[in-house]
This record gives sequence, structure tokens and C-alpha cells, in this order.
Amino acid sequence: MELFKNTNIDFLGKQKYFIGLSVVLIAIGVGSWAAKGGLKYGIDFTGGANITVRFATRPPIDRVRAAVSARIPGEITVQEVTGENELIIGLPLKEDVALQRERQAVVDTLNETFGQKTDRLDLNNTNAQALADRLREPFQRAAIPMNDEQLLALARRILDFRNSSPRSGVLSSFDQLREVEGLTPQMLEVIRQQCYLAPFTIRSAEVIGPKIGAEMRNKAVLAVLYALGGMLVYLALRFEFVYGLAAVIAVFHDVIITLGFFSLTDKEISLNVVAALLTLVGYSMNDTIVVFDRIRETLKLSRRELTPAIVNDSINQTLSRTVLTSGLTLISALALWLFGGPVLNGFSFALVVGVIVGTYSSIFIASPILIFWHERFQKGKRAAAPAAAK
Amino acid sequence: MKSLKWKAALIAAITLACLYGVFGLPRSKQELIANWNRNIRLGLDLRGGSLLVVQVQLQDAFKVEANTQIERLKEELAKQSIPYQSIAHNDPQTLADADKIAIEVRGIPAEKSQLFRNIVAELLPSWVLTPLSSTDYRLTLKPTEALALKEDTVNRAITTIESRINGLGLAEASVQRRGGAGSEAEILISLPGLDDPARVKNILQTAALLELYEVKDGPFGRQEDALAKYGGVLPLNTKLMRSAPRPGDPAGEGWYVVARTPVITGRDLRDARPAQDEFGKWETAFVLSQEAKGRFARFTEANIGNRLAIALDNQIRSAPVIQSRIEDQGRITGAASHQEASDLALVLRAGSLPAGIVYLQEQTVGPSLGADSIRKGLIAGAIGLVFVIGFMLVYYAGAGVNAVAALILNGVILIGCLAYLEAVLTLPGIAGIILLIGMAVDSNVLIFERIREELRAGKATLAAVDAGFSKAFLTIIDTHVATVVSCAFLFMFGTPAIRGFAVTLVIGLVANVFTSVFVSRAMFQFALARQGFNPKLSIGI
Repeated sequence: MELFKNTNIDFLGKQKYFIGLSVVLIAIGVGSWAAKGGLKYGIDFTGGANITVRFATRPPIDRVRAAVSARIPGEITVQEVTGENELIIGLPLKEDVALQRERQAVVDTLNETFGQKTDRLDLNNTNAQALADRLREPFQRAAIPMNDEQLLALARRILDFRNSSPRSGVLSSFDQLREVEGLTPQMLEVIRQQCYLAPFTIRSAEVIGPKIGAEMRNKAVLAVLYALGGMLVYLALRFEFVYGLAAVIAVFHDVIITLGFFSLTDKEISLNVVAALLTLVGYSMNDTIVVFDRIRETLKLSRRELTPAIVNDSINQTLSRTVLTSGLTLISALALWLFGGPVLNGFSFALVVGVIVGTYSSIFIASPILIFWHERFQKGKRAAAPAAAK
Repeated sequence: MKSLKWKAALIAAITLACLYGVFGLPRSKQELIANWNRNIRLGLDLRGGSLLVVQVQLQDAFKVEANTQIERLKEELAKQSIPYQSIAHNDPQTLADADKIAIEVRGIPAEKSQLFRNIVAELLPSWVLTPLSSTDYRLTLKPTEALALKEDTVNRAITTIESRINGLGLAEASVQRRGGAGSEAEILISLPGLDDPARVKNILQTAALLELYEVKDGPFGRQEDALAKYGGVLPLNTKLMRSAPRPGDPAGEGWYVVARTPVITGRDLRDARPAQDEFGKWETAFVLSQEAKGRFARFTEANIGNRLAIALDNQIRSAPVIQSRIEDQGRITGAASHQEASDLALVLRAGSLPAGIVYLQEQTVGPSLGADSIRKGLIAGAIGLVFVIGFMLVYYAGAGVNAVAALILNGVILIGCLAYLEAVLTLPGIAGIILLIGMAVDSNVLIFERIREELRAGKATLAAVDAGFSKAFLTIIDTHVATVVSCAFLFMFGTPAIRGFAVTLVIGLVANVFTSVFVSRAMFQFALARQGFNPKLSIGI
């Protein structure tokens, strides 16, 4: 099968439309960014606390908000994770000790509001050791012979069962436990007497104090700048300075547009998103290098000066590869975005946008810059066989 | 053909070595699964657990040091009968101010000045003496000594935290200084598989300062009552201590006048265990060391009928009356549960922290979230993989098989390398693998498109394959190196999870150059060599 056979599209001839499109996209992104008073950062960068709670049924968001607000002064956020029966309770940045105290207060409040005030053990929020300790004597009384090791193994199996999908940490009834290997009805009866099931479980907790937050912000910005600088140097060495410059401008363009999309869709920039941005920097660079490589090769063979025609031919010759690779990478990224779950959502969204914009920019941004530079500064100076072409 | 055999042998050897690294030599299915679980290390975000960053409150240690020196100085001044008005240290509140610790000595008579200077020079060589007036002086800690005290405090805190965590049986936990030796007073604690962070945070934060005091007087209901009895000034070498009300304890709050220096401290313990009293209530029993034994026996013998205060973290837990001579046993009563009693025993065995700690960061992932993330990551990966494989087979026909084989081998090498390097697979790492699928395909597409071009230009099959590979090779190297460069920065600046991403991606990229260039080419050569003269290539055109 062949999709692109001897294409001959005049990409550079249409550059003004595409540069116009880029300008519009950047303007919209930066405009929304400015209108919202900056990008929305995740707590990795702002500091604060996030506690993710999973409920057995649709979470009672108002009750949670009321209970937590009553206990903790100041502003809190309660956000629903759609389709997951989960809530994210967010606390704003405070001094370290206060932040830790309030994180614990949130958990305590949940226990008081949704737990039972009994001596029983909450099976949805316990660990294997505690469960084993709890069951040891009752099992003995019920004449269920088990040594400590077997008991702990059983407790682990029960909790592994609770943690696996579709329970995902929350049991809604003891009857579900019937499926656990090696659990007899008699044991289940004892567990029923000793334990109860709170309708929620803590899925994750993240607390980031002011110092660490500031540190991460600096590190992230530095990582992006250094990565861009490193690539500029690498390309300047392998090609010519202007090739490096054109590629870096194109990549910078991709990052700005992707961030614009984050602002438009109100998504948070977390540390994982920064990793995705760096990945797309690498990816877009990848695409640009393939086109530049072809230009370099043609120049070497033809011993001619850099002309729009050569650039156009190079883009056309690599077009089939560009579209195929981008398409397949886009499919991988899309699969991650649609099926990868909420934790990777921001990461994969950045990849999806980045792959599209990155492919576009290597054709419509990087190559025109190359021609622009050449016509402005180098035309006629010398035959433009790149000095570094080896 | 001969070189082809060598290539095949090399490829087979690498594949087997990687498979061995992951699975070992399993004799049964259970063993195979067990080996896989042991060799593929999952990060905190996938298997659940906690990551904690704590800051050691160095100012605590500096104040303790100043107090110790003040006591020594007072003792010596009394011995030499030099009068003084007051000796006290300032109170640095923050970590940054810790080394601004200073001791002020007031009211030394001018004629004793020389003698005082000599005493200080001999007794406190790590402090610098600055006269403030003819009778007042200030002592500050020498910068080198302050640095040494800081390092020592952080190292002791690390040792204590390590032994507490070991006591909890968290085998895979790691405790290290954040940013390496000589950096800030921060400790990074990683606790994979931990399912009860609140308890561990409490255990780590307890100072666990155990002290046994001789009770001089008390209990008093209120602090004022105690002071009133002595006319506002406590007898020499005594201090007031509070006993906190504990749940289920009828005694409630009380105040005791106790001797200034403890008879026994946590350092004199040999062992501590949870135990139950005659009513089945939980308590923590401790045993004293050989060296402390005699001292405690003498003390209890001389004080039969008096009270003994058992204080933990500067609060009296209980103050029982000494009934008889006690050799080496003691107990701390009032634990609410077995777990509380055994946690206290644990921190007592591990020793006390040299300074308080504050949590700067906590990242806890529940085990159910980790399991969900793995499942979703695998589903996403499988879907992406099926699409990519299907497309390559349809689009490139026979050559597509090469691409798929290269892709699978790439995966095997990647996982094998992760196992050999003991690298950790994180959630961003799984994302990296999915991205790698796309990038691995890119190399194949580049090569195949090049071969197609050469074929269209009318080259013979063998020449077209050679030209395709050699022309695409430079491009592949350029693109891969550029991505490795950005991964290097991710590794340098990233958090542990992002480092996992960078490591996975770099290994995958290196493996990719090998599989898509070397392995795929060998497969082409093998297929063409079998056809003999003027072979045909199946590459979708």
C-alpha cells in the first residue's frame, strides 16, 4: 500500500497562510492565558495539598465540602473526577506544619462524617497487618486454625482483592469477599462481626510545602530551557547555527501553543506535563531534523545554493514518512489519553496536542525560517553547502 | 552468509540474556511469576507507598548544645567560686538562624575577668568569647564547629530514622540525604508498599526522648500551686514537669517538681518490648543496659517510698511510687492499643532524634490507585500496539514483519535492561514505553520509505536495501541523539518519577537503534539471501 506517491505540494508558497494560522493560535492561547491571569499550575508547583478520595457510589460532594470547611479555616476546593466516583480535596498553600496538620484533619473529618463510631475495624481503610492482628483472636475463638503467617497471607489476599479493579479500593458489601481464595463462609462471618465498610477510601495524598513547591518551579523552568539550549548546540554542531535556531524557534512555537491549549481547556500544568512538554520538544525536533537532513543531503549532491525549491522538494520527499510516523505516534498518544486514566490525563493531552503541532511546525515554521534567514543574510555570499555537512 | 550467522547468534544471545535477566531460569509457572515480580521494580506510583521529605530542625540541636555548655560552665564557675548574674542562650526560631546561637554571660566581676577567660578557653574551645562590657560577655559558636554540629545532627537523624524504619520491617525503604552530603538539612524517605502513612509519619516524628527523674514533690493540680509552695522560686537543681492527661487515665493533668538531671535516659536502654499488665492493658516494658543497671539499683534502693517520674518527650507519662529495689526493668503504661505499645517500643529501641523534624513534602499513593494505573496503562499500551502492528503489516506487507519483530525485540531488551540496571518502572515510565512504540516505528518508516524510493528510482533490490539503510542511518542517529539530550536534562532536573521516564526512554532509544537498524537489516539480508539470484522484496509496492 502507498498513500503518498510523488507528491509535489508547494508548501513554502502557502507559508503566509500557515504563519498566519500560527500567529492566531498563539494569540488565542496567550490571550486566554492573560485573561485568566496566568496558567493554572498543579500543586507540584504552587504547593498545597491534594487528597483524592474514592467513594463506593457517586460522591456526596456537598456533604464533603460542608464537613471539611467546618473543620478547616480558609478556602478549600472539592473537585469531582468525572466517571470515577472520586473527589479531589484541595488545600491552599500554607506553612509546612499547618499544611500537614490540615491534611490529617481532612482524613479525620472524612472518618468522622462517613465512618461508624464503633470498635469495628474499617476494612476499606486498613492495612494487612492491622487486619491480621484484628482477626487473630476472633479466629481462635471461632476455632479456625491458622498460624500468624497464614493469617497475614489471608489478610493480604483480602486487601489485594479489595484493591483490584473493579472494586479499586472500596468494598461495598462483605458478600463481595466470597470470591477471595481460601476464605471460608465461617471466616467471612467473623470478618462481618469484626469489621465494617466505610463508603470511601483515600486513594492518594500529596502535600507540598512552600519550599519544595518553589524549588520544583525553578527546576522545571531550568529543565526546559537547558533542554532547548542543549538541542540548539547539538544541531548547530551537526548542521549550521541557523538550522539549530530554526528548529528551536519551531519547538518554542509548539510549547507556547500547547500551553495555550492547556489554558483554554483549564487543565493544570503539573510536573508530569512538563515531562510531556520536554518529550514533545524532542519529538518535534525529531521531525524537523528529518526534513533538515534531507535538505542537507540534497545540497551536498546538487552543490547548489539553498532555494525554496530544494526545501519544498525535501519536505515532499519526506512527507510520507512524516505523516505515517506522526499518525502512528498520535494513535499511541490518543490511546494513552483516552484509556490511560486520570493520573496520566494531563501528560497524554500534552502529547496529543504536541504531536500535531510539532509535525505542523517542522514543515510550516522551521523550513520558512531557514529560507528567510538565507535570503536575508547569506544569499550570494557563498554556495550554501553547509560547512558542517560530513 | 557467514556474517549472517554471526549476526543471528548475536541477536539470539542478546535476546536470551534479556529474557534471563527478567525471568531467570524458572522451573514452574509460580517461579516465573515470582522472578518477574522480583526483577521488575515498580515505582511508588505503581505499587503504592509514600515519599516523604523531612527537614531537620537544626536549631533544636543547637539549643541543646548551648544548654549542655551552660550547665558545664555554671558548674565550673561554682567550683571556682566566680559569681555571676545570669547565663542564658538566645532562642533562634528558624533553621536559617540556627547558627546564630549565642550564650550571654552577665555580671562576672571585673577582677575575675582573666580567670573567667581562662575557664572558657579551656572548657569551651569551640566557642568564641566576645566581651560586651567590663562584666558581660557573649559566646558564639565557631563557624567550623557549627558546620560540624549541623552535619552530625543530620547524620544522626538519618541513622535514627533508618533504624525506626527497619524496625517497622519495611525492607525496601530508603532513607537518604536530599541533594547529597553537605547540602541542606533535608532527608528523603521513600517507603514503597507502605499502606499506613499516618502511623509511620507519627513514628518518625516522635522525638522518643525517654527520661526517668527523681520526684522531689508533687503532684500539684496547677503550675501556680507548685510555685506558690516554694514562694515562686524552685529549690536548687529542680524543675517543674507536666504530666499530660491520657485517655482512660483518671489522674488527669498534674505538675511535679523533679530533679534537674535524669537518673536514666533513653541511651541507657538495652531493649523495649510491648507487654500486657495483669488487667490485659497494653504497656511498653524496657530493660536497662549493664552499665545503667547498678546506678538504677542504687538509686531505687535509696528512694524506696518516693516517686519516680517516667517522662517521654518532656512530659511525664506516669509517676509510680518505688516499692522496692529495681534492678534493670521498667515500664511505660497507658498505651491505647497493642500497636501503640509496640510503636513506642520501636522508637525507644531506635533511639531519640537529635532534633525535631518537619514534613516538607508527602506523596502517598494508595495500593488500589497503583493497581488501577498499571491496568489502564497496559490497556492503553495494548490498544496503541495493536493499531501500530496492524498498520505496519498492512502498509509494508513483508517488511512490516521486520518492523514488528524489531518492535517486540525492542520491548524485550528494554525490560531486560530495566531488570539488569535495577531501574524503577514508574507511571511516566509506562507513558515513555507507549511513546517509544511511536518512535520505534519512526525508524522503521524512515528506512522503509527510503528503500521504496531507491526501488522506484530503479535500483536492484539488494542495492536498494543497502542504500535505504545507510541513508536513513544518519537521520536516525541525529533524531535519537537529540531526544537523548533532552532526556539527560529530564534526568538531571526531574523528580524520581520523571527520572523513571527519562531512563526508560533512553534505554528504549538505544535498543531501538539496535533493533531497527541492525536486527531489521539482518532479517532483510536473510530473506533476500534465501531467494538466491535477483531476489524480490515485499515492502508494499
